[in-house]
Amino acid sequence: SEVQVPLGVPCNGLASRPGCVPFPLRPYGVKKPYKEVIDICWGDAHSGGTKPLTFVRQVIAVCIYPELLQETTIAPDVKERARRLLRECPGGSVGKYCVCGIPFVQDGVCEFISKRDGGVPISPLHTGSPVQFVLKLLVHGKGLAQTGVLTPIPCYPTFVMGLTELGAAMVPYYLCEDDGWCLHVEELRRALATSRSHCNPRILYVINPGNPTGHVQSRESIEEVIRFAAEEELFIFADEVYQDMMYAEGSQFVSYKKVLFEMGPQYSNTVELASFHSVSKGIMGECGLRCGYVELVNLDPSVKQSVTSAFNTERNTAVIGQIALNIMVDPPKPGDPSYPTFSQETVEALPGTSFQAGSGGIYAYLRLDLPQKALLQAKEEGTDPDLMYCSRLLEEEGVCLVVGKEHGQQEGTYHIRICIGTTSTRLKEVLRRLKSFHLRFLNEFS
Amino acid sequence: MSRDRTHILPCCQGAVTQRCCQPALWKMTENCFMHHRTKVLTIDTMNPNVKKVEYAVRGPIVQRAVQIEKELKAGAKKPFSEVIRANIGDAHAMGQRPITFFRQVLALCSYPELLEGNEFPEDAKERARRILQACGGGSIGAYSASQGIECVRQDVARYIQERDGGIPCNPDNIYLSTGASDAIVTILKLLVCGEGRNRTGVMIPIPQYPLYSAALADLGAVQIEYYLDEENCWSLDVSELRRALVAAQQHCSPRALCIINPGNPTGQVQSRQCIEDVIRFAAEEHLFLMADEVYQDNVYAEGCEFHSFKKVLFEMGPEYSDTVELVSFHSTSKCYMGECGFRGGYMEVINMDPDVKVQLTKLVSVRLCPPVPGQALLDVVVNPPRPGEPSFNTYIKERTSTLQVLAEKAWLTEEVFNTVPGITCNPVQGAMYSFPRISLPERAIQQAKEKGQAPDMFYCMKLLEETGICLVPGSGFGQREGTYHFRMTILPPTDKLKIVLEKVKQFHQSFTQQYS
Repeated sequence: SEVQVPLGVPCNGLASRPGCVPFPLRPYGVKKPYKEVIDICWGDAHSGGTKPLTFVRQVIAVCIYPELLQETTIAPDVKERARRLLRECPGGSVGKYCVCGIPFVQDGVCEFISKRDGGVPISPLHTGSPVQFVLKLLVHGKGLAQTGVLTPIPCYPTFVMGLTELGAAMVPYYLCEDDGWCLHVEELRRALATSRSHCNPRILYVINPGNPTGHVQSRESIEEVIRFAAEEELFIFADEVYQDMMYAEGSQFVSYKKVLFEMGPQYSNTVELASFHSVSKGIMGECGLRCGYVELVNLDPSVKQSVTSAFNTERNTAVIGQIALNIMVDPPKPGDPSYPTFSQETVEALPGTSFQAGSGGIYAYLRLDLPQKALLQAKEEGTDPDLMYCSRLLEEEGVCLVVGKEHGQQEGTYHIRICIGTTSTRLKEVLRRLKSFHLRFLNEFS
Repeated sequence: MSRDRTHILPCCQGAVTQRCCQPALWKMTENCFMHHRTKVLTIDTMNPNVKKVEYAVRGPIVQRAVQIEKELKAGAKKPFSEVIRANIGDAHAMGQRPITFFRQVLALCSYPELLEGNEFPEDAKERARRILQACGGGSIGAYSASQGIECVRQDVARYIQERDGGIPCNPDNIYLSTGASDAIVTILKLLVCGEGRNRTGVMIPIPQYPLYSAALADLGAVQIEYYLDEENCWSLDVSELRRALVAAQQHCSPRALCIINPGNPTGQVQSRQCIEDVIRFAAEEHLFLMADEVYQDNVYAEGCEFHSFKKVLFEMGPEYSDTVELVSFHSTSKCYMGECGFRGGYMEVINMDPDVKVQLTKLVSVRLCPPVPGQALLDVVVNPPRPGEPSFNTYIKERTSTLQVLAEKAWLTEEVFNTVPGITCNPVQGAMYSFPRISLPERAIQQAKEKGQAPDMFYCMKLLEETGICLVPGSGFGQREGTYHFRMTILPPTDKLKIVLEKVKQFHQSFTQQYS
C-alpha cells in the first residue's frame, strides 16, 4: 500500500549498527583497537555521561513515591515542590491523565516566558511533541495546495521525516556556511519564490540556536526574518530548544517573541509565531522524559477553539515530563537549600568553552575537506564520501557520529556532527580518536 | 495559487501581494497605508481533518464540568458540593491506589542514589538496576531506541509468552509506545491510503472508544461501523460484520477490523468462539486485525475469561497463524495498574509484511522514542514480584484487592441501574465502565432537538447541572438510531459510587416525570 512514510533513518547505516545508545562491545571475539564504541550522534546529554540534575530527580522520585516525604536526607525545598505538584494532580497521583496538561505547570511556563521576554505571555501548551502538534494544525493539501515548510539546510533529520509523514512539502533554504552559518533573507526569498510553482508555502521554520550548526541569530537577523514573514504571510516556527546553551563570547540568545514585540504593533499584532522549548536540551538534558511546550502568538480567533480541542485530546504528555518542565521554568533560587548543588551541577552540565563549537547549541558541525582520491574511492564503493569517512571512523576507532548527508548540505560539501553535550573526558577521547583517524585517512588518500 | 507582486506603495514596509491590494484590506494610519495582513492560519485554512475530530470523552460536557468546578471554588451555591468526574477511565484520579512495588522501582530509576539506602526492598532495586543499565548513561532521561529499550521488549515478549501458554513471542515484533493510543494511531497511519473508492475503510464497533473515530477522521479514512448486539450482552456477531463489510465495499476499500476486548464502553468480554469466528472472518475477507486488549486484566463476570487474540490465532493452526495479520495493543493505563499519566504501552505485530515492518520501524523513529519512565513502568508491570521475593505478598494483595473492588463495583452498578424503571444495564463483564440504556420521554427528545443537542447529551447536561455528576452521553460512542445511553466509570470509591448511583436513579425518575 502507498505509505506516506519519511525516507531515511537518522544516522542511516551507522547508528543502526551499534544501536543508538553506547554499549560495551558484544563478545563476538572480534579484536578492535578500542574497548567501547563512543556514540556521539544524539543531542542526548545523559547518554553522553552528563548527570541528571539532583533537584529534578529528587522531586520526580518523591512525586512517584510520596513515602519519600518522610526521608530526612531529602531537602525541604524538594519536598515542598513535590507536595505542591502532587496537590495539583487530582487524586494526588502522577498516574493521572492530564487534561490540557497540569494547569500549575502551564502557569509556571507563563511566568518563565514573561521573565524571559517581558510582556504578557500567551497561554503556552505543553505536550510530548509540540512541533508535530502545531504542524498538524496547518499542514494539508496536495499538489499546488500542499503546505510548504521553509526548512533550513542543514537541519536535523527527524524534523524532515516529520514533514514527510504529515504530507508537507519541504522547501529548503541554505544557511551560509562561509558566514558562520547565518541566515540570509535573500536566500529565504529565493527559496520561497521557487517553491510557489509546486506547493503553498505557509510556514517558515527557524532553529535558534541552530541544529546542527550551533549558530545563534543576531537580533537584526531575527528582525529581518520577522519582516520577511510579515511580507510574505508566513507562520514562523521558532525552535528555541537550545536557548540555554550559549558559549561564545558576545553571543546572546534573544527570543523571537521578544524581538517581535519590540518591533511595534504593526508586527507584534499580526505576525503569527509558534515558539518552542523543551526539557530535552539545555541544562536539563531530559530527552527521555519527552516534554516541551509551544507558545502560539497572534493566533486567529477563529481557530482558538479548534486548537484548544486538539490540545485537550493530546495523549502524549507524560506527567513525569511535565514535572521536569515545571522545574525547568522554575528552578531552585539562591537561598533555597538545593540551590548550591543545583547551580554547581548546572555549570558542570554545559560543555566547556575550550572546544569552540558554534556559539550555542549542543553540537559541533565540522566541515570535512576530503582529498580527491577519497572522493573517487567513495564513488568506486558506491557510497557517499562522508558516509565512507564515518563508517571507517566507526570501524577503526569506535566513534559513531552523524553524517552530514542526514542534515542536508550543499552539493560537494561534506560534514560531520558531533554532540558535545558530554563530559570533557569523553569529549577529549573522542577528539583524540578523531584526530588520529583523520590524519591516517588523509595519509591514505593523499 | 500564484501571487503577483505588483505594487510597492510608498511608506509600505516591503512588497505587497496582489491579493492584498483590495481596498478593504487596507487601513489608514497617520502617515500611510498599513498593510492589513490576513492570517496564515484561519478556520478556513486549517487542516480540515483537525476540525473534524471530536473526542466526546473530553468534549463539551467535560468543559462544562470544569467550569462548574471553578464556579464552586468561587463560592457559587449549587445543589451539590463537588463535581464527580465519572467520565474518564482514570483510576488514580478516582482514588485508586498505585501498586507500591511499581512506584518504588520507578522512584529508584528516577533518583538512583536511593539504591544506596535502606528504604527499598532488594527486588525493587534489582529491577531498577537492570532497567538503568539498559538506559543511555544509566539515566531514564536519555533517548532510548525508537522501538523501545531492548531489555524491556524482551521482558514484554516473555510476559506474552507466559500469558499465552508458551506460544513464542519475538521481541522484534514488540514496539513500545506512548500509551496504546499512540500505537493504534501509528498502525492506522500505515493502513490508510488510496482515493475515492480505494480509500482505506476501517471497521470499528459501535459503540466504540472515540479514539478510533477521532483517529479515522484525522487520517481521512472511511469509518465502517458494525453494531454490537445490545440484546445479547453486547456480543459481536459475524453476520453483522459481514453486513457492514458488504455495504462498505460499495464506497471504500475495507482493510482493517478493530476489536476492543474487553470492550469500551460496553465491557463485554468476547468468548473464545467469537474470537475464532472473527479471525476466520478476517482471514476470508483479507482484513488486518487490530485487537485492543488494554483491559485484559479487568474481567469480572462469572464464566468470562480473557482470551488473547494471538493465542486463539495460534491455536487455530498454521492456516491462520501463518497468514492473518494481527496487531495487539496493551498499556499501563488500565487493569490494576491504572497509571494513565506514565504513557506506557506496547503493540505486538504478527505476520506483518517485512517491507511494511521496515516502514513501521522508520515511522516510530520520527518521534524519537516513547517516554522512558513509561517504558520502565511497563517493564516492571510485565516483570512483577515473583513468589518468594520480598515484595510478592504486598504486590499480590494490592493487585487482588484492586481487581476485587472493581468487580464488586461492576456488579453493584449493574444491580442498581436495573432497579430503575427506564434504565437497563447489561452486565459489566469487564473493563471499567457501565453503558446503560436510558429511555427518554418524547418531550425531552423534542426539547433536545430544539436545542440542537443529542437527546442523551441533553440528559447528561441536566444531570451535571443538577447533581454535579459528569457522565459521557452515548452519542459520543455511537449507538443504534433511536437508542440512548450514557457511559459511567466504575472507578469512584465504593461509598461514593453508591451515592452516585442513587443520585442518578433519583435524577432519572424526576427527569422522566418532568418530561412526560
